[in-house]
Amino acid sequence: MDGEVDATESGGSRKRRVHGMLKLYYGMNEEGKSADEPDSLDPCDINGPHFDPDVYLNKLRRECSLGELMDQESCMVKQIRSLDSDMQTLVYENYNKFISATDTIRKMKNDFKKMEDEMDCLSTNMAAITEFSASISGTLQDQHTQITKLSGVHTLLRKLQFLFELPARLNKCVELQAYGQAVSSHRRARCVLQQYSHLPSFRGIQDDCHVIMEQLAQDLRQKFRDGGSSAKDLSECVELLLQLDEPAEELCDKFLNHAGARLQLDLAGLEAEIRTAEPPSSSSSGPPPPSSPAADTSPKTSSPLAPAAAAKTDILEFIDRGCNEFVSSLCLVVASYQELFVHRAQTGELASKNIPQMASGKLQGFVDELAARYFSIVERRIREERGVGDNSLLVRALDRFHRRLQAVAKLLPGSQVPARGTEIVVRAATERVRQYLQALQSFYLDTLTDVRQALAAPRLAAASGASVALGGGTGGLLGAGGGAGGLPELLSSLSASILNQIKSVLASVHLFTAKDITFSNKPYFKGEFCSHGVRENLVVSFIQFICQSSRRFCETASDKGGSSPPALLLLLSRLCLDYETSTISYILTLTDEQFLSQHHNPVTPVTALCAEAREAAQKLLNHYVKVQGLIISQMLRKSVETRDWVNTIEPRNVRAVMKRVVEDTTSIDVQVGLLYEEGVRKAHSSDSSKRTFSVYSSSRQQPRYAASYTPSAPMDTNLLSNIHKLFSERIDIFSSVEFNKVSVMTGIIKISLKTFLECVRLRTFGRYGLQQIQVDCHYLQVYLWRFVSDENLAHFLLDEIVGSTAHRCLDPAPMEQSVIEVICERG
Amino acid sequence: MEDDAPVIYGLEFQARALTAQAAETDAIRFLVGTQSLKFDNQIHIIDFDDENNIINKNVLLHQAGEIWNIGASPADKAVLTTCYNKTCDSRVVSCAAVWRMPCDWDTGSNHESPDDSAHNPQTLELLCHLNDSTHGNAACVLWEPMGDGKRVISLADNHALLWDLQESSTQATKRGLNIVKKKKKKKKKKKKKKKKKKKKKKKKKKKKKKEEKKEEEEEEEEGGRKDEKAIYCIENAHGQLVRDLDFNPNRQYYLASCGDDCKVRFWDVRNVQEPVKSLEDHSHWVWSVRYNHSHDQLVLTASSDSRLILSNMVSISSEPFGQLVDDEELSDGEDARPSEKIKEPLTDSVVSTYEEHEDSVYAAEWSSADPWLFASLSYDGRLVINRVPRALKYRILL
Repeated sequence: MDGEVDATESGGSRKRRVHGMLKLYYGMNEEGKSADEPDSLDPCDINGPHFDPDVYLNKLRRECSLGELMDQESCMVKQIRSLDSDMQTLVYENYNKFISATDTIRKMKNDFKKMEDEMDCLSTNMAAITEFSASISGTLQDQHTQITKLSGVHTLLRKLQFLFELPARLNKCVELQAYGQAVSSHRRARCVLQQYSHLPSFRGIQDDCHVIMEQLAQDLRQKFRDGGSSAKDLSECVELLLQLDEPAEELCDKFLNHAGARLQLDLAGLEAEIRTAEPPSSSSSGPPPPSSPAADTSPKTSSPLAPAAAAKTDILEFIDRGCNEFVSSLCLVVASYQELFVHRAQTGELASKNIPQMASGKLQGFVDELAARYFSIVERRIREERGVGDNSLLVRALDRFHRRLQAVAKLLPGSQVPARGTEIVVRAATERVRQYLQALQSFYLDTLTDVRQALAAPRLAAASGASVALGGGTGGLLGAGGGAGGLPELLSSLSASILNQIKSVLASVHLFTAKDITFSNKPYFKGEFCSHGVRENLVVSFIQFICQSSRRFCETASDKGGSSPPALLLLLSRLCLDYETSTISYILTLTDEQFLSQHHNPVTPVTALCAEAREAAQKLLNHYVKVQGLIISQMLRKSVETRDWVNTIEPRNVRAVMKRVVEDTTSIDVQVGLLYEEGVRKAHSSDSSKRTFSVYSSSRQQPRYAASYTPSAPMDTNLLSNIHKLFSERIDIFSSVEFNKVSVMTGIIKISLKTFLECVRLRTFGRYGLQQIQVDCHYLQVYLWRFVSDENLAHFLLDEIVGSTAHRCLDPAPMEQSVIEVICERG
Repeated sequence: MEDDAPVIYGLEFQARALTAQAAETDAIRFLVGTQSLKFDNQIHIIDFDDENNIINKNVLLHQAGEIWNIGASPADKAVLTTCYNKTCDSRVVSCAAVWRMPCDWDTGSNHESPDDSAHNPQTLELLCHLNDSTHGNAACVLWEPMGDGKRVISLADNHALLWDLQESSTQATKRGLNIVKKKKKKKKKKKKKKKKKKKKKKKKKKKKKKEEKKEEEEEEEEGGRKDEKAIYCIENAHGQLVRDLDFNPNRQYYLASCGDDCKVRFWDVRNVQEPVKSLEDHSHWVWSVRYNHSHDQLVLTASSDSRLILSNMVSISSEPFGQLVDDEELSDGEDARPSEKIKEPLTDSVVSTYEEHEDSVYAAEWSSADPWLFASLSYDGRLVINRVPRALKYRILL
């Protein structure tokens, strides 16, 4: 190893290469070595490439003892010796190998000599062969040219044969109806025939072919016309005809005509369906009851509707049929047409003739015309959908209708059809909303009728405690008095049923904007339909309708003499008031939540509706007061007018009519109390009846009488009364009332007492007449004060009555207050 | 353009009867009849001096009884009719009579001091009674308007009686006693209730195929026939009683009615199914309705809510486009206004509400002399004289 190392270090690059080859030879590759023993940079490593004998020696000398050095030295000698012997062996072996290699080379030299001789022989033979071959081909040359010629003639003959056989072949094809093959054969021959048509024989063939092809084209057209074939066959025909140079325009027309005829058939089928549906539907046209879900969802169980429902396919089915038959055929036609005339022509020779444009134009017209008819049929059908029960069917039908039209839109990007389809959907939706409004209105009116009946019907066991207590006095005059006990229930059921109805209608309408409905994302359905259609036209209109119809009760009733029961007026007034305070905003919030998420078009504000409702409530309540006041007024009026007050007897009792007035007033009070809150009174003392009574009788009344009895001072009466009036507020008799019980009762009592006053002023009284009035007024005084907001008001009016009576009295001798009290208590 | 303050005059007694002195066209003069059961009743003659805003009164005694209705002859300033109640045998009887004022009432009172005249009022001179044994209880008496003071109609029970007054009016004879029962009389709402609130059906009595008074005038065509029938009948004119009615003086197919439903309604007698207009401005019964004689868009209503309301009913007046100007001979279809100035068309509206009364106002009358002036009378005896607001007056005139 030392030698190698030395050689490496001292030698140049050449040596290194040799060394590398040797290493290869001995199978010592670098990697193996480095893998086995990593390169050591230690100069003391005796086996390492960087070994430095001096360093090593110094190291040994420094580190080892003598003995160790000795051992080291002997060991080293031993190793050197073994290395020497190894080297000798190697040299020897190499020498042997060299010897044998030399032998081998010598042997090879002899072999090559032999081979050279054989190669010479071979080349001689090859030359002979070439010579022979040349002579042979020389001999065959003539024959070869002949054969080539013959083969050319054969091909030509084959072609000619094809031509001559062409007519027959075409005939056969026609017989077999293999039109495609015939056409392609003809196409191949056509140019040749054309070129050689000056030769009579070719001409004959050409003519024959022409005839046949004419025939064929005829057949194709016939087939085209017959129309029994499928769309695919049809397009095949057209394709062939096109190849036969048929004029494209004519073909377009024919194709469209043909397809149109079949589509018209589909449409006629649809139309027939509507027509068959019409007769039954006309007989039951009015019927689908505004919304009794039971009747609508189970038409088969309701006997009168069953036949009509059965005869009439529902709209979903109808639209389905329309889509499947008409729309899909239309799409097929459009697709194949475009394939044939537009797309293909664009690439072919037809493109130059503006065929695509022409064809597109025709197609457009064709589709438009058919679609128009289809739409009109669909619209007719939709118009027949009058029942408002199940909206989902209609929505689904419309959805399907709209969805299918998208296919047409894809095929014909520029077409108006989808837009018009959307218009139809929009119209249908608008119409639907209108129908819902009508249904709501008629529902409301029906409900009112029910309420009226409930009010008019004699209440049996349901009479509440209050009405039982008043049972006797409620009487017939107050028509609705007997039904008063149920007013709150009626009100709540009325408003609940209206609210439910609105909610269910909203839910139905909401279907139009459901996410899975294709047309719901059209701008119309996102915006205008929600805000204008649903909110304004449906909800707001309905609320306005309620207010208006309520107000109408006031007007018609006053003209026709109180046709609506007072309790109904009261009920409606409360209903409108409830609407004003909460229901309207609730309904509108509900609507806005469902429909008006992103759009804020100008809409009727809640406040305007509330104002309207409040106005209606006010009007109704005023009218109620008027009607009730009138009823009581009539009693009082009659009682005053029909009596001979001059010659009446001394009063012993309160007149029955006064008792009746108090009873009726009490029952009205109960009735109003059921729906309206108590309201505020002007403060009065706990013992109000007694206290005011004394004021009434002594402090005010007596001085007045005293004055009026003194003949010498006629002015005093007027003066006193005028002074009193000067300091009291003017009383408006038929004025607006507030929404509470006390105000309502005050209004009624005001009207009644004022009537009393005016009637009294038109009569003349005797002594006992005056006393009777005194008794009556005292009675009213005792019983009516509790109903009015300001008892002074009642006192003032009663004072006026007694005062006016005294004026109209021939012999004004008032009764003792104590006697009056006794009579009243006895009564 | 301030309006003059109303002029108020107080009577000592309660009063319901008020009329303008129809024959007097120079002085503004009203007659008021009092109602008193205990004292002698009076007729107050109220003269109003427009320039000085002064009221002069003269009192005549009407001792027969309390006055419910008063009417002045259109021909003779001194003649008037009253309906009155008198009590006899503890029965109240309604009567009607024609009276003449003493000829010197005017001069006499002018010379005396007011106190004297109050103490020593002169008495009316009775010309004749308008009483018919078969028909008692006269409710009101109407003179033939624009007539010669010879004919009156009285309403009694359910009849209308036509009277012919003889020379000097001292004798009254009933003529042509055709009694149509039930509502007849010009069908107006027959239910005019003047007095007792009962509906009185008026009976019409015709005389000499002449027409009736006042409301009845329109019936002229029928005048010659003996069997008068209702020409028209407005059913259900008011929800309750009808208190008064008045014909448009210039368009006689229009009439106004008022009643206990607080409403004033205007009717076209050619179609009585629906009122032409309906006003509801009062808050209690409306007792009286009066058209202005010259400008029939002005309508006065009196109510027991103590208010008097003046309404401007342009749309159904005889001059809906304002007054036509005579000197411009334009056809009526054209804009006949004198100048091009744009006048905002007047709309039907309440012109003014007068609240000077403290008690129910039962009567209101336009002055016969000044078309812009009117009086109203409330039960407590307060007479108020008012004028049409100047702004409106000029608007109508210009």
